[in-house]
Amino acid sequence: MPSAAKSPRSGRARKGSGRATSPVYRVEIGLRAGLPDPAGLEAHENLAEAGLAGLKAVRVLRSFYLRGRLGPDDVTRAARDVLVDPVQEDFAVREDLDIPAGPGGEPVLVTVLRKAGVTNPEAESARIALAGIGLDVRDVQSARTYLVWADATQDEILDAARRALGNDVIEDVKLGRVRTFVFPTPAKRRIRRRTVPIRTMKGKALVTLSFQMGLSLTKLEMETIRDHFADLGRDPTDVELETLAQTWSEHCKHKTLAGAVKMSDARGERTFDNLLKETVFQATQSLDKDWCWSVFVDNAGVIDFDGTDGVCMKVETHNHPSAIEPYGGAGTGIGGVIRDILGTGKGAKPIANTDVFCFGPPDMPLADVPKGSMHPRRVMKGVVAGVRDYGNRMGIPTVNGAVLFDPRYVGNPVVYAGCVGVIPKRDVKKRAKPGDLVVAFGGKTGRDGIHGATFSSVELHAESETVSSGAVQIGDPITEKKVLDILLQARDKRLFNAVTDCGAGGFSSAVGEMGEETGADVDVSTAPLKYEGLDAFEIWISEAQERMVAAIPPSKWKAFKKLCDAEDVEAFVLGTFTDDKRLTVRYGKTVLCDMDMAFLHDGLPRVVREATFQEGGDDEPTWKTKKSYAKDLLDLLAMPQIGSKEWIIRQYDHEVQAGAVVRPLSGPNDGPSDAAVIAPKLGSNRGIVLSNGINPSYGDIDPYAMAMAVVDEAMRNAVAAGADPTRVAVLDNFTWGNCNRPSTLGSIVRACEGCHDAAMLFGTPFISGKDSLNNEFRTEEGELISVPPTLLISAIGVIGDVRKTCTSDLKAPGNPIYVIGATHDELGGSHWYRLKGRIGRNAPQVRPDAPKTLKAVHQAIKKGWVRAAHDPSEGGLAVAAAEMAFASPYGLKLDLRKVKGTTKDAQRLLFSESTTRFLLEVDKAKAKAFEAAMKKAGIVCGKAGRVTKDATLEIVGRDPAGGRAAHAFVDVSTDKLRSAWQGALALHEEN
Amino acid sequence: MAARTAPKKTARKKTARKKAAPKKRATRTAARKTKPIRIVVLRATGTNCDQETGYAFERFGAQIRHLHGNALLDNPKELSRAHGLVIPGGFSYGDDLGAGTVLGTAMRTRLLDPIRRLVDRGGIVLGICNGFQVLVKTGLLPGYDETGDGEPDRTVALASNMQNRYEDRWITLKAVTGNSVFLRHGDTIHCPVAHAEGRLVCSEHVLDRMSAADQIALRYVAPDGSTPAPFPHNPNGSLDDIAGITDPTGRILGLMPHPERNQFPWQDPRFHRGTAPRKPEGLKPFENAMKHLKKTFG
Repeated sequence: MPSAAKSPRSGRARKGSGRATSPVYRVEIGLRAGLPDPAGLEAHENLAEAGLAGLKAVRVLRSFYLRGRLGPDDVTRAARDVLVDPVQEDFAVREDLDIPAGPGGEPVLVTVLRKAGVTNPEAESARIALAGIGLDVRDVQSARTYLVWADATQDEILDAARRALGNDVIEDVKLGRVRTFVFPTPAKRRIRRRTVPIRTMKGKALVTLSFQMGLSLTKLEMETIRDHFADLGRDPTDVELETLAQTWSEHCKHKTLAGAVKMSDARGERTFDNLLKETVFQATQSLDKDWCWSVFVDNAGVIDFDGTDGVCMKVETHNHPSAIEPYGGAGTGIGGVIRDILGTGKGAKPIANTDVFCFGPPDMPLADVPKGSMHPRRVMKGVVAGVRDYGNRMGIPTVNGAVLFDPRYVGNPVVYAGCVGVIPKRDVKKRAKPGDLVVAFGGKTGRDGIHGATFSSVELHAESETVSSGAVQIGDPITEKKVLDILLQARDKRLFNAVTDCGAGGFSSAVGEMGEETGADVDVSTAPLKYEGLDAFEIWISEAQERMVAAIPPSKWKAFKKLCDAEDVEAFVLGTFTDDKRLTVRYGKTVLCDMDMAFLHDGLPRVVREATFQEGGDDEPTWKTKKSYAKDLLDLLAMPQIGSKEWIIRQYDHEVQAGAVVRPLSGPNDGPSDAAVIAPKLGSNRGIVLSNGINPSYGDIDPYAMAMAVVDEAMRNAVAAGADPTRVAVLDNFTWGNCNRPSTLGSIVRACEGCHDAAMLFGTPFISGKDSLNNEFRTEEGELISVPPTLLISAIGVIGDVRKTCTSDLKAPGNPIYVIGATHDELGGSHWYRLKGRIGRNAPQVRPDAPKTLKAVHQAIKKGWVRAAHDPSEGGLAVAAAEMAFASPYGLKLDLRKVKGTTKDAQRLLFSESTTRFLLEVDKAKAKAFEAAMKKAGIVCGKAGRVTKDATLEIVGRDPAGGRAAHAFVDVSTDKLRSAWQGALALHEEN
Repeated sequence: MAARTAPKKTARKKTARKKAAPKKRATRTAARKTKPIRIVVLRATGTNCDQETGYAFERFGAQIRHLHGNALLDNPKELSRAHGLVIPGGFSYGDDLGAGTVLGTAMRTRLLDPIRRLVDRGGIVLGICNGFQVLVKTGLLPGYDETGDGEPDRTVALASNMQNRYEDRWITLKAVTGNSVFLRHGDTIHCPVAHAEGRLVCSEHVLDRMSAADQIALRYVAPDGSTPAPFPHNPNGSLDDIAGITDPTGRILGLMPHPERNQFPWQDPRFHRGTAPRKPEGLKPFENAMKHLKKTFG
């Protein structure tokens, strides 16, 4: 075995390797000269975006650092057989490769490598692969070295690299090569029981303690805990306090929305004992749909799919982690919501992901980005890459989403990640039984994401990047894929009674929740760790990813363990579910926590919060009608919010599992789809429609109107694609500012009331939801930026036959176009106003005839009369008509005089965002039947245009000059419209 | 206990039988006289297209055995009973070291001989997307022993897309070889690609050798069938628009695109326009391969 006396560094190897000290070998790998380097090109683009001037070229070298019982020959074999691509790459062991010739001059070298202890799937993969070829490798680290040719100083290059190539939170960014890596050798920690003398503390001291321990508990909550333990005659341990902090966090308990509120606004005074229960939940209860199998009790709501199986859906937020580390934050966001689905009932199979993001404007000048926050473009790129790498690796198609931009999201982006699953009816209910083993399986436990639940419940500030780095989580999707594979097999073999995910709060929340009715006794010393040195409370509350907890009868444990071993999944017995209704946590023989489940779950003090509300917005402008709105339309299409998201969509696998029917882009020219349609069971035509509604601009005027409008938007999107509106369920997701301010809380109360009324109107139940409050960013100057009220409504509908669906691209010249639904003077919060720097006051309203309209449109689509359907939303009729046209090879002629409603004004007819409207292309052979059906149902329906062979969009209306002939407000080729739309968010040059 | 969606062999077969009933009946009658065609679908850690790929074969009467990578590596004999091996798409072992590296290395070390015996017997090997990446890492594609040590060498790479990004889009493929049991020369297949590493790279020497032996199997073409195919028709910058290659025997095929994702009419994006072919084009390679296997082993 190698003695390697020359080793520059050596350290005690891990347990078992005994006295041997092992050298660290570095393998440097580079592409052969002359071969294209796509990673270099991408780094080039990112450095340029970070403002590095004089950039000429970038190439990338890869390095691996290996430690183990290895000799130089072993390392060469490791490189040749595993680490290096012999077709394209050269490598050197313990030496430097020659610097390839660049565009002249010497390059500056910058190396980026993960900090010790931060999850690194690449290094872990290398370790496993090298073990696979028989090499005894103990530790692996990987790095990238960028060769940067630029007319810039070293400092300028390093500075740009820090902003564009690495993230200080998880990575070191250094000049030059890094020739060796010091693997940490953490010492084993002695764990003992520590009590916190809280009984003698008062007011301020309690607040200070909460802050110092990072508990994020209020004074009243701390006092409640103090009094509870005073009654018991002892002080709590640190583990007990941490457990309470996790369980009582806003993130886990939703204490604001599930709390008492005293509301007063123009509609008068009213009080809620439990805001959510009396609004959103209540609608679901009143509707009492028999196809709702499980609502608001589990990780996700479950509805009937085909009688045998149900479908479930959940949407989560991961805003704060994504602000600090966009890639890891967004990736673990999607990883977390997938585990929610895996942990629904006795386990559901994930079949689709959705994502909705809100960022600062992508073209924000660098100088305007507040210190301590990243440029919105960088946040967006990181978030998209994080979702891409996690979702794609899980083999779950990402099929639906939205991206919004507003300067108020700059320090606090919003990341909604959703997941849909299929679950057999018999597995919808679960219950841990006393005597069941508490079994944890999946990833190992490290220090990842300590205090994630409590961190997510406070505002961000300029130093958040540094102080909260412990809260950062890095995902390892392949570990989660293994968990998925195991979980579904174990479910079908009936090996467990209950299962749940480890999300916020880690083991503490998972075990605390599962054992709420029984009690649990666990020993955290049994948990396999990523590295030594964790304190007991850290193991207990760590948010290390990719872990699940199951309740397994002792007789089934062997079979479960065998299954896990066969597929390389870590599984261990953490403890037992008891019948004493207590939560006992030990480390070996030492009892660290012994609490009453009742106090843990119901001890949270009740507070009544004050809420007030006043409508926002500004006066409606009185602009004269112009002769042409072509430029307005082109500008609208080029708004990042309206423009094509193709750059994002194509990075997601939306086809895997082979169920895609309606994709995010439709038509031969890739126009926008209204909703996704998938057929989740191979060989069956039964399907699911997924859509969403979101529009914070309306919320700036009136969150009630916003809530009604976005439920309508989600519904009409779903119906346009073919959903049956009587079989649609919805989910609510709130991202708001600090609700301790009565005005902010009042705005959320209005939104909740809107959700309730919309659900009752449409007969569509809410089945699950989530809220994220305190989405605010405090700049160094002390300015507080609060996100706009951001309500996301996700809709999921079940359809009998995916072939009876519809896309938005025009199909055949000569077919008539109908505008369904009435257009009103409702430009308030519209994109057209926004384009002109205004808000207005007339936010769109939803009217009582909305459900009737949805039903009629659905019938027409189901009968096959409708060839193309699209809903006018952002940008109104004009944008919707443009999108239908440029998605196809054809054109469209629209006559505003035939559009029904209460306004005759061209500006409003073009751009008003009135709700419950559709643009339908109807098969001309079916036009008569269609018109008759609409008339019979009493639907507002105007035959307002036709599909033309000529690829232009022509919108005519009443001549503003008073002439009798029709006047063309828009007459633009669809090519021009399409390129405006596709250029809005083009983040890539085509190669 | 009707069909359910879990990756469970038995349940899935039920669905298959129910849906493809008429065809199945025919196959079953035939099966009485002939041996069933057995195909192993490998599911390594991170594989994610195993269900739909197995299903595409099942539709033509194959008996599918879904096997975990560990089980096959531990017991290579599983292949001696099989007539085909399929390595589906996904991210085997995370692909963190370059797509297909870990599984490719493991197979190269432990499965090379059993696979070569399978092909020598007339059996088939199909690698789609990640499976193709795995096959080039084993050296089985294109199958050249350049060093003369009796083992196939790694002579072709599937490198990062030129845009250095994952790309999901529908493309058009043209079969350009007359030397593949999976393809008929001139066939057009419309199906999606979904990968980050699919740009075929090799030396001029290897390219010449593949051309001479008719091993270039599939090319990306423009929608009208013409070449060269600029981006986005060639979605990754692949050398000479190459999308798939075969081994010298024509019984091993690797391709980046996913034909199994165009096996139902409604999967084709032209479906709603009424211009999708009645018979999904993605079924061709599966149907052709099954014809070959039935002829050889039936």
